[in-house]
Amino acid sequence: MALRISRTALDQILCQAAVEHPLEACGLIAAPCTEPVATRVIPMRNHAASADWFSFDPREQLRVWNELDERDEECRVLYHSHTASEAWPSRDDIAHAQDPALHYLILSTWPGARHRVRSFRIVAGRVFEEHVAIQE
Amino acid sequence: MSVSVMVPTLLRPLTDGQKKVDAQGETVRHIIDHLDSRYPGIKARLVHEDEVHRFVNIYVNDDDIRFAAGLATRTAPGDKLTVLPAVAGG
Repeated sequence: MALRISRTALDQILCQAAVEHPLEACGLIAAPCTEPVATRVIPMRNHAASADWFSFDPREQLRVWNELDERDEECRVLYHSHTASEAWPSRDDIAHAQDPALHYLILSTWPGARHRVRSFRIVAGRVFEEHVAIQE
Repeated sequence: MSVSVMVPTLLRPLTDGQKKVDAQGETVRHIIDHLDSRYPGIKARLVHEDEVHRFVNIYVNDDDIRFAAGLATRTAPGDKLTVLPAVAGG
């Protein structure tokens, strides 16, 4: 079990998280339904504009999901940043992680973090860390 | 004439894998009740204590019903009702 992500996509979200720090950054990575590697980063506005909470703007989300449908793409990864803690799912992250098919990627912009990026599957409230396979 | 309902991937096991289903009703509440009569269990995934469940967003056309009249939001024949997962966390 691994997340397959392009180097370009990973660099893009790391950059977004750094720019938006100290607020949490968020977004998704899409892929064509037939492709295994998540490549197209779609940064989303943090509707909460908060250092310890994020939420997608509902209207922006509808527009993006409609666009995915039109392009025959699917959301493969949901990502967000933690700005003052490790890259590990919080209780709220776990509660909102309803889809076992998705990769939940967390970045940490906290200077004390041991890892900048970690990816998880979350199934019925249980967290499983997975390898991040970077495609150059 | 009925309302088209766009079903997110996560709920498609309840709609026999269908991405788009039709339902009838004059409000979102009625539509969800109608859906539940055909696809038992779907209402519990969309509604909690007579409010839209906090883990989903429901739209009538382009409008999130939380910013309209919630489950009492009215629908008209030909409208599109879309369900998406609410994405949030800490």
